[in-house]
Order: sequence, then C-alpha cells, then structure tokens
Amino acid sequence: MKLIVRSTLYVVVLTVLLGGVYPAVVWGVSRVFWKAKAEGSFVTGDGGRVVGSELIGQGFRSPKYLHSRPSAAGKQGYDATASQGTNLGPTSSDLEKAVAAAVAAARADRPGDPRPVPADLVTTSASGFDPHLSPDAALWQALRIAKSRGVPEEKVAEVIRRHIEPRTLWVLGEPRVNVLLTNLDLDRSLPAGR
Amino acid sequence: MTTINFVEILVYLAIIVALTPLMGGYMKRVFSGERTFLDPVLRPIERAIYRACGVNASQDQGWVDWTVTMLIVNAASLVILYAMQRLQQWLPFNPNKFGPVSPDSSWNTAVSFTTNTNWQGYSGESTMSHLTQMAGLALHNFLSAATGIAIAVAVIRGVAREKAKGIGNFWFDCTRSILWVLLPISLVAALFLVSRGVVQNFRADVVVKTVEGVEQKIAQGPVASQEAIKELGTNGGGFFNANSAHPYENPTPGTNFLEMILIFAVGAGLTNTLGRMTGSVRHGWAVFGAMALMFLAGVFVCEWAEQKGNPIHQKLGVAAAPTDGGTGGNMEGKEVRFGIGDSALFATITTDASCGAINSWHDSFTPIGGLVPMANIATGEVIVGGVGAGLYGMFLFIVLAVFIAGLMVGRTPEYLGKKIEAHEVKLAMLSVLILTLCILGFSAAAAVLPAGLSSLNNRGPHGLSEILYAYISGAGNNGSAFAGLNANTPFWNTTLGFDMFFGRFFMLIPILGIAGSLAAKKKVPESAGTFPVTGPIFSFLLVSVIVIVGALTFFPAFSLGPIVEQLLMKAGTLF
Amino acid sequence: MAPPKRTSLFDRAIVRAAVGDAFRKLDPRLQAKNPVMFVVLVGAVLVSVLLVRDVARGKDVLFNVQIALWLWFTLLFANFAEAMAEGRGKAQAAALRRGRTETMARLQTRKGEEMVPATTLRKGDCVVVEAGQVIPGDGTVVEGIASVDESAITGESAPVIRESGGDCSAVTGGTRVLSDRIVVEITSNPGETFLDRMIALVEGASRQKTPNEIALSILLAGLTIVFLIATVTLRPFALYARGVATTPVLIALLVCLIPTTIGGLLSAIGIAGMDRVLQHNVLAMSGRAVEAAGDVNVLLLDKTGTITLGNRQATDFFPAPGVLAASDLAEAAQLSSLADETPEGRSIVILAKEKFGLRGRHVEGMHFIPFSATTRMSGVDWNGRRIRKGAGEAVIEWVRGLGGRVDPAVTDLLNRISAEGATPLLVSDDAKILGVIALRDVVKPGMRDRFDRLRAMGIKTIMITGDNPLTAAAIAREAGVDDFLAQATPEQKLALIRKEQEGGNLVAMTGDGTNDAPALAQADVGVAMNTGTQAAREAGNMVDLDSNPTKLIEVVEIGKQLLMTRGSLTTFSIANDVAKYFAILPARFAATYPALTALNVMRLGNPRSAILSAVIFNALIIIALIPLALRGVRYRPLGAARILARNLWIYGVGGVIVPFVGIKLIDWIVLALHLA
Repeated sequence: MKLIVRSTLYVVVLTVLLGGVYPAVVWGVSRVFWKAKAEGSFVTGDGGRVVGSELIGQGFRSPKYLHSRPSAAGKQGYDATASQGTNLGPTSSDLEKAVAAAVAAARADRPGDPRPVPADLVTTSASGFDPHLSPDAALWQALRIAKSRGVPEEKVAEVIRRHIEPRTLWVLGEPRVNVLLTNLDLDRSLPAGR
Repeated sequence: MTTINFVEILVYLAIIVALTPLMGGYMKRVFSGERTFLDPVLRPIERAIYRACGVNASQDQGWVDWTVTMLIVNAASLVILYAMQRLQQWLPFNPNKFGPVSPDSSWNTAVSFTTNTNWQGYSGESTMSHLTQMAGLALHNFLSAATGIAIAVAVIRGVAREKAKGIGNFWFDCTRSILWVLLPISLVAALFLVSRGVVQNFRADVVVKTVEGVEQKIAQGPVASQEAIKELGTNGGGFFNANSAHPYENPTPGTNFLEMILIFAVGAGLTNTLGRMTGSVRHGWAVFGAMALMFLAGVFVCEWAEQKGNPIHQKLGVAAAPTDGGTGGNMEGKEVRFGIGDSALFATITTDASCGAINSWHDSFTPIGGLVPMANIATGEVIVGGVGAGLYGMFLFIVLAVFIAGLMVGRTPEYLGKKIEAHEVKLAMLSVLILTLCILGFSAAAAVLPAGLSSLNNRGPHGLSEILYAYISGAGNNGSAFAGLNANTPFWNTTLGFDMFFGRFFMLIPILGIAGSLAAKKKVPESAGTFPVTGPIFSFLLVSVIVIVGALTFFPAFSLGPIVEQLLMKAGTLF
Repeated sequence: MAPPKRTSLFDRAIVRAAVGDAFRKLDPRLQAKNPVMFVVLVGAVLVSVLLVRDVARGKDVLFNVQIALWLWFTLLFANFAEAMAEGRGKAQAAALRRGRTETMARLQTRKGEEMVPATTLRKGDCVVVEAGQVIPGDGTVVEGIASVDESAITGESAPVIRESGGDCSAVTGGTRVLSDRIVVEITSNPGETFLDRMIALVEGASRQKTPNEIALSILLAGLTIVFLIATVTLRPFALYARGVATTPVLIALLVCLIPTTIGGLLSAIGIAGMDRVLQHNVLAMSGRAVEAAGDVNVLLLDKTGTITLGNRQATDFFPAPGVLAASDLAEAAQLSSLADETPEGRSIVILAKEKFGLRGRHVEGMHFIPFSATTRMSGVDWNGRRIRKGAGEAVIEWVRGLGGRVDPAVTDLLNRISAEGATPLLVSDDAKILGVIALRDVVKPGMRDRFDRLRAMGIKTIMITGDNPLTAAAIAREAGVDDFLAQATPEQKLALIRKEQEGGNLVAMTGDGTNDAPALAQADVGVAMNTGTQAAREAGNMVDLDSNPTKLIEVVEIGKQLLMTRGSLTTFSIANDVAKYFAILPARFAATYPALTALNVMRLGNPRSAILSAVIFNALIIIALIPLALRGVRYRPLGAARILARNLWIYGVGGVIVPFVGIKLIDWIVLALHLA
C-alpha cells in the first residue's frame, strides 16, 4: 500500500516535471528565438493576408498553379486536422484505379509526352498535405501553367527552378519544390494570367 | 537504390558507431553512480524527487522486489493516463474542446503508452487535448522509456554481478534514466526541431483562407517537446496521426536525420554500456555488430524493393527509375522531401528499434518493402531495439544462442562466466512462447472473425499482412502499423491492448527473473575453453539464431501475406 | 591400460533386440517423457484415425497412408536409436551377470563357518575367501593378503594384490581370489553392490536426466510449442485466403518442423555417453558426473603414476665409501635384478649395460630371492655370493645380521638421494655394502603434449605430489603442468579444491587412498581408482576399473563430446527446418496461390511428392544420424572458438544444405516409384 502511494506520488511528480516544466521550457525558449516557426511557419500572400503554412500543403485546382500531390486527409483532402494517407496496398484495385486516373490527368497536361509520369505526382502523400513536389513533377506541370498564364513554358520553368531546394548536406532527403511558395512566386513574377 | 541513398545509410551508420561508445560510457557512469558533468544541476533535482516521494533509492533490491516496484509505478501511470483521457473535457489545455476518449480506446491508449508501444488507434490531432498529449502521453514517453532502460541496466547488472542478491534499485535506475539520459537530450533535440519548423504552442486549430480561398484548418500544439522524446525514447506515438510524415513533426530532411539518430542513440549506446559494465567491451561490440549486420540487410532489401516500385503502376506509365529531379519507385504514402531513401531508411530504423514512429505509410509499401519492417518487429526488435527493450530482448536471444551453441564447444553453456542452465532456458523459452502465442493467436482469431475482418482496408493477402502487422507491432511494442486497418473498434482496441500488455510485461518478467538468477551465480573464470562471446563468429551466430528462430516461427504466416503478395504483384493480380 | 572394449556399432544381436524394443517403446507412457516425440505420436495416431475414416468413406488414401506410415516410422526410428544405445549397455550387463552365478559364501559366525548364498549377505558380515573362490560381495579385506583376478569387471587379466589395512583393501563382488586366503568384511547390502549398480547403470535403468539434458529438453519442448502454434494458426490463415489446410498435411508439416532429429536421439546420446565412458573402463555413478567432466577446468593429477611412470627407473649408481670400482656395484646390481621382471628391475639391468657395458647373463646355478613385503629385499644367491638389494633400512639390517659394518656415510648418501626426490636402493654383497642405486621418476612420454592440449581446451593442470617443492618444481617444469602442490597433505588437497571452486572452477581429481576420500567427495568429478579403498570408491563419482589415473583426461574428453553431440545435433535439427519449409509450404498452398510455386526452389515434382519427401527425409535422417549419436561427434582438442566455428560450419551450415539435397533425392525416388 505504501508502495502504491509512493508510486502514484512519483508519477505525479514526474508528470509535473516532464509534462509541465519540460514543454514549457521548450515553449519559452522557442518563443524567444524561433517564434514564427514555433507558431506554425505561416506565410502571408499579397496584401498581407495569411494564406497558409509553408509546411502544410494545400489544394490547388486552378490550371495556373502548381497542383499539390493527391491527398487523403479529410473528405475534401488537405485537411490539416486529419493527417492521413490512403494506406492502400500495392495490389489494391482501388489504388490502381486512383493512380490510373491521376496518370490520365497528368498526361492531359502534356499530351504526347512519351516520358513516364513522375511517381510523386500520381501517388498520395503520407501526411495528406505534402508541401512539396519533386522538380520533375513540378516541371511536368509547367506547360499547363504557361498556357493558362499565356507565357512561354520556359518562363514558368525558370520560376520553378528558383524554388528547387537541394538535398541537405548533399545526401539527406530529396530535391524538392515548395508548392505554396512557388505558386505565390508565380503570381508575383508572371501575373499575366490574372 | 541510388548511390546517394547508399552513402546516406553509411553516413548514418558511421554516426551511430561513433555515438555508441560516447552514449555507452556516459550511461555506464550514470548507472554506476559515478560523476558526470550534469551532476551539479541534476543531483539536487534527483534528491528532491526521492524526498518528495519518500522513496529509498540506495537500497539494493532483489529481482522480485525490483520488478514489483517497476510494475506498480507502471500501473499507477496507466491508471492516471486512463483517467486523464476520460476526464479531458474538464481539464485545462483543451482549446479544441475535445470530449472524453471512449473507454476501449482509452484502455488501448493507456496500455499502449505504458508499454512503450504507442500504438495509436485514435487520430491524435482530432481526439486528444493538449494536456492529454503533453502531460499524459509525453510523460509516458519518458516513463516507459526509462522503465526500458532501467530493465536493461538491471539485466546488465545481473550478468555483471557475482553471488549478489540484488540487481539494483528501480527508483534509482528509473529516475536517473529520465534525468541524466532522456531529459537533457530531449531538451536539446526539441529546440533544434523548433528551429527547423516543428511547432510548439498551445493554440487551437488555426483556420486560414488558402490562396484559392478555401478554408483550411491546421492543427497546432506542443509538438516539438513531444517529438524529441518520442524518437529518443523509441516511443513513436506521434502528436498527429501522420506521425513523422506530418510536416509539423518532421519538416525537413535534417530533422528527419536527427530523428533517426535519436531513435538508435540510446539503444546502440546500451550495447556499449553492457560491454563496459560486464568488463568485456568487445562483447558489447559483438552484439552491436550483429545488430548492424541485420540493420544493413533490412535497409538494403527495403530500399531495393521500394525503389523497384510497383510494376502494376509502372505499367500505367508511372516513372520507375530515379532521375535528377524525381525519385521513381513506389511513392504511394511517402513524402517528397524524404523520397524513397529516407522513407525506407526510417521504416527500417523505426522497426529495428521498437519506435513505431513513421514518416511514410508502411501499409502502402511494396510487399517485400513492408515485410522488412514486419520481420524486424517479429524477430523481437533486437536490431538496436527500443531503449532498453532492444537490449533485454537481445539478451533473450543471447541466452538461447549461447545455450545452443555453447553446448557445441563441449561445456555447460556460459555467458560472460555465468552458466546458462535449465532455469534460464525455461524463462527464456517462456518469453518467446508468449510473444509467439500473442502474435499468431490473436492474428488467427482476427483472420476469421467478422469483428476482425471488418476493419480491413485492403483485400487479399495484403489484408492478412495488415492483421499480422498489427499484432506483431503490438506484441513487439512497436506501435507502427499497416495503418489502413481501422483499429479503433472495440475488438481491435481490446485485443491489441492485451497483445501489447502481454508482449511487454509477460516478456520482461521472465527476463528479470533470468537477471536475478544470473546475479546470484558464481563466475566461471575465462579460459581457452570458454564459449567466445566476442568477435565475428559470435555476431554471426547471434544473427543466425535470431533469423532462424524468427523465420521459422513466422515464415508460414508471412508466406500467405507479404511473400505471396509480392509474387502476385509481379503477376499483376489485383484485389 | 587395457584397450577399450569395442563392440561393433551395429552388432547383429543388439540390432535384433533393438528392433523389438523400438515397437515396445511406442507405449504412450514412455513417449510422454519426451515431449517432442509425444507430439509425433499424437500426430501419427490422429492421421491414422483420419485414415480409417477416409477408407470407410472410400476416398483415395494412397497419400495419407504413406504420411501415416512415415510418421510411425519416425517414432520407431527414434525408439530404435534409444534401444540401440541401451542394447549396447545391456550386452555389457549381461556379460556381467553371467559371471555372477549363484555364489556361495563362507560366512563367519560365532559358531564357526557357515555356507550361505551370497545374495543374503548384509553389511558387516565377514566371509572367508580362499584361492579359487569367488568373492561373494563388495567389501574390505580385514585379514590376510591375496592376489585377485578382477577381469570380470575390469577386463584386465593381470591379477592384483589385495591386502588388509592398506590402500589396497577393497574387493569387489564377482571377482576371484587366485592365491592365499583373505577375510572380507562385506560393505554393502544385497542389491546395492557395485556390480548391481553397474548393471543398473549400463542398462539405463537408473538413468536420470542430466542438468544440461533437462535444459535442452526444455528448449526443445518450447520450440515444439512454438511450431505447434505456427502450424495450428496456419489453418485460420488458410481459411482467410479461402484455402483449405487438411489435417494430415498440417501434421506432416508440424512433425517436420519440430526438432524430431535431436528429440529422437537425445536419450540415445546420453546413454551412449555413459557407455563410452564404460568402454574406457570407467564406471560413472551418474550421467551428471560425465557431463560435469566436460565442464572441468582444473585437473588435479597425482604425480606418481599419472605424470611420471609410477615405476621408477634406475638413473645412477653411487658406490659406497671404500668401493673403488663403480662397475662392481653395477655388476652386483645387475646380477640381483636379472630375474626381476618389474620395470625397476629391468631398468637396473639396462642402466648397467649402458654405463658399464655389462651384458645381462643368465648363469646356471643362480638362485633368485624374490621381493617380499616382509623382507623388502630381493636378490640372488650364486657361487656362494649372497647379493641383496632393497630398501635402505632392510639391507642395513640384513648386513648387520651377517656381521657386517655400516659406514655412516652410507646413511648420509641414502638421505641425500631421498632429498633429491629419488628413491635409493641399497646393494650388498654378503656383509659388504657396495653402494646405492638411485631410482627416479621419469615423466611419461607425451605428457607435455597432452597438457598443451588440455591448455588449449582451457583446462588448467595442477600436479599433486608428496615431493619437496624443489623436486616438484623440476618435475612440473619437465612435464609442462601449469601448477603444482608440493608436500601435499590430504587437508591441503581439500583446501586447494575448495579454493579453485570458490573461484568458479570445476575440479576433477583422481584418488585411491582413504585419506583422499574427502577431496574426492569435494571435487566435482572424483575418479576413484578401483584398486583404492572402499572409502575412496564411495566418495568419488566415478571409478576407474583400470586404476589408470591418466584416464581422467579421456573422461573429460568424453564429457565434452557428449555435450558437443547434443549441441551439434540440435543445431542441425533446427537448421534442417529451412529446407522443409521450402518443400512443404509452396506445396501446401499451391492450390490457393499458384504464385507460391516460385518458392519451390527444389523444383519438387508435385505437392504430394514434396510433402511426402520432407516427411520421409525427416524420418530417415534419424536413422542416418544414429551412428553419430552413439559415437559422438569427433572431438578435437582445440580452443572453444575454433571448435565453435568448425561445428557451426558442419552442423549449422551443413544442416541447412543437407536437407535440400536429401529431399530432392527422395522426391526423385518417390516420383520414380509413382508413390505420389
């Protein structure tokens, strides 16, 4: 019985230390040094309006924007309170249908292009709001964006290339393009389509 | 596998190799009560905790006493977490006004976090209040990890001591694990994570209007503090459902790399602590060598399979080969910033250790790619393993390997001078049996019962893989999942709760029993006739025992799950 | 040492008896002792019952009949292995029994002597045995001295001397007195005699499982349950895939997976280990002792007889003061030794030849005086010369008796030689002392090599000697032992054993005298010499019937071999499973998932032949390994690391490869015979 009381007390003391003091210290320090990041890395668009987070992918439908990867988060997709993947297995017929549809859509962006479709463009991301596209997948969409903005494809490709983030320290991760930041840049640099 | 991925794996392993003696030496000092540079800060806190709780942390406890204390502390934490979930609507730090968690889910989660499994039947960002996450779940991240380390240290003492009655003191081991090992590293790591974009705030969901004017709700919370201990303590319970695939938990390849290092840091270090405390540093490296060998084998197979991708999709025109600006391979359920390499590497690491954090959905891996994580867990997560759990799980295999092979050198098998006799073999086999029975027994039931089958997200062999993965992950206290399975049902919450509970406690009690019995034994001095537990032969032997015992147990089931699925995928069969 | 008695491994009579026993051992009560084989038994019964049902329903049963048959064969083969091992022991026991025909004993009573059957003798009874009679029971000689033929139990035909009071006072029932008359006090009750116990042991009747055997049994039982779970759960998994798993096939899979190879051979290995010890003429009181021998890491060896040739050899002649020619001494010594057939005597003749070129001659009219325990001298009467050689005091007394004078320098010489660790023999010609022959211990050839081997095995050797430290050190150096205990007393010996045990070592020693008894009892492995006292024999856990102390080394090797055989076969058995999976699983689910045939790496003919081949292989491998189980794996005195590497290759890697080849071969035969 004494042991039970002591154990409970022990858990309570640790809860205060590890569940209270520790996160509070991390919070306090981060407010001083990395406030914006700790608060969610939000991004403001034209006119100072907050348009989303740099880290959280969002849905784009308009042909003049880069489209994010397919999402399974929430009913409409890109729901950042319901992170989720499809969790469909490799032999799933549902997945095969979804990929086939995505491939068809991607092919429509570049009719007659014989190259295979970039893998990330037609597969659902893990979080449901992957903020990035591979450079291949972004450039794949350049032609469509260029058409809708009425500019040459190379102009769009130039903007996209500006946003290619290389691997960290040469080996970590993959080169990638932030969809939201690129789209905001597209609006700034190539506003023709407006 | 691309060259760059290959180099990354080697860089990763090199860093772990370098960290191992540092962590190992540090932990040896901590648990031997020697001076460390953190003493001036931590000693007063340590003393204050003991005084506040009225515990005696200097008395040597016998294994039964030690185990009982450990169990009661764990039980107390389990009850408190259960209560916290059920009462969260009345408690502070609940900006999203979540209601109480359901009883079966609360049971599942309480067991899950107490056992260091961190299986998540629920979706974190839409179920748990900030208080439940930060105080309830994060506390368990520390406590269950500390329990694991404490057990490993107790087992090491059992081997190291001679004719001793006790195996240490639980209060001492547990408190020091937290204060000296887990807390300082977590603090530094959490701050690094925030600096790269991991959130740390107490806000409710933020609603923004996107560029195209659609409302997007973005969940927030004290993530960084939990993220660090989640990896370091190999807990794996993410703040968000998508876990380390969520950009707020793991925003960059850099944070990803740090998280991977955190997962192995303590577990790898403990092999060195084992070596130092038992006076055979080379034995520690031999154990580490066995782990490294299996790690490399796993990660190469997984990366190869994922990079090769899915021929069904490739027939549709999806890119297979990597290019300068694209990954190719199987990108379903993976994030672009991690690509194939970091996803496969993370999946291997998180299942080698009993972490269970994920940065890509294992359910969507190719069958062989998914078999690697599953096999990693099924063989007992002894490839570095969970903090502590990996070492004491490995200890089980060491006992078996030493016993079988020890006979082959013509002596009663002995491990570092301790004779392995009927009593130890009995307890070791008991542990193995319980794991096997939990995994295969529950899986078999779920494979035929409607309550089990109705939760499946995939048909065909992949469905069986989902079932197997769930119980393997539960009993192995991993917590990762083939997450298409909807495990938040009464049937799954309950059976998995027991699976995790048995898998943890019924395994570690026999192990502590072995530690107690070894501590009491005399040491046979080493000679040329002693079974060598250092060097490559021993590493090779240990790997063989793990692979053969694991493979023999699970091969039949696997052949009907991932193995046959791989063959069917090649043939283009759909379900 | 008598060469170990070797029976051919497959002696016809033994095989015949073993076949019968194999069936008798199907008794479930016996099988229940071995969980692995019990599972096979249950499986075989189950398949047979299902078979009867299928026959009744008129189904095609060719396949299931074969499965059932081979399961029963698996059981029978395992039983056969055990029966073979026991049979060899039994054959030896039968030979022992033959010698123990109803003996009558001359029991001493107050009234005089009474003839009673030997079986009625009890502890404390005293019996008289004379030349030609059989000693009726174990006991101690309390009166008299006699030569005894102990070949019935030792196989050694040379008679041995048994006398009251000394360290050679123990006699064994069933042995025959060749000369003289002794009175024996019986030391054991009926049914407990040495011979009784020996028969019980070799028959395996009183065999108890040894500690390592128990531990291994637990491991095997555990693995069996693991595989039971893996197999039983296959049924629901198959159901999930909408396939069927028929019971006979699942049982076939189970039996193939559980470690039947080692399970079936385990007890045979143990019995054979005891048997091998016995073939070296060492009687182990329990299997535990044999196993412990394998663990020994300190050997206490008596110097005399073990490390050195117990028979000392002449190394020097020292003429007495006043004797000018050393050759006179040598000649006299040689003459006196011509008829002395002991190694000591021969060595004197040889030394004389080597040093002085004196040829041994046999001259008519020589009258030899043999050595006797009372005179402690021997010699020759020839040409009126009375040459004597013997212990210093005895010869001095003899010379004085003849009226001779003894120079005090002679006594000094005797003492000096003794102090050097050698034994002096005084030589006299009538009343004149000629000088002293020094006899020294000579280290046996090959000992250094042997100790090196022991060191490689991780065993430390300690020489025990009554010599002074100087002599002891010299001999220790020469022999290459690791350490020595000089001027050892029984107490010091006991203390040394305790000290080593305290340090975690297992100690083995040999001993014969009563004063060795405490040390023998304390040692983990105590080998008592058969020539030793009853007390010593009781205290030890082994008795060496040849009384050859070097044999301890062989016993250690047998103990190691026993453990190695178990470990190796366990490894082999488990490694075998890999191939069996590849044979059975693809076959088993070929109907459900044809894609799984990709796993049929052996390209076995069809599902039925695949399963059948695996089952047949599983049964036949037991038979194939019986010789290995009975002989034990080859032992080499190497360090543990090298032994481990070697055995891992042979039994681990080999164990993975062999069944692939074996199953494929059987599959060909099965297909060729159209059995499936």
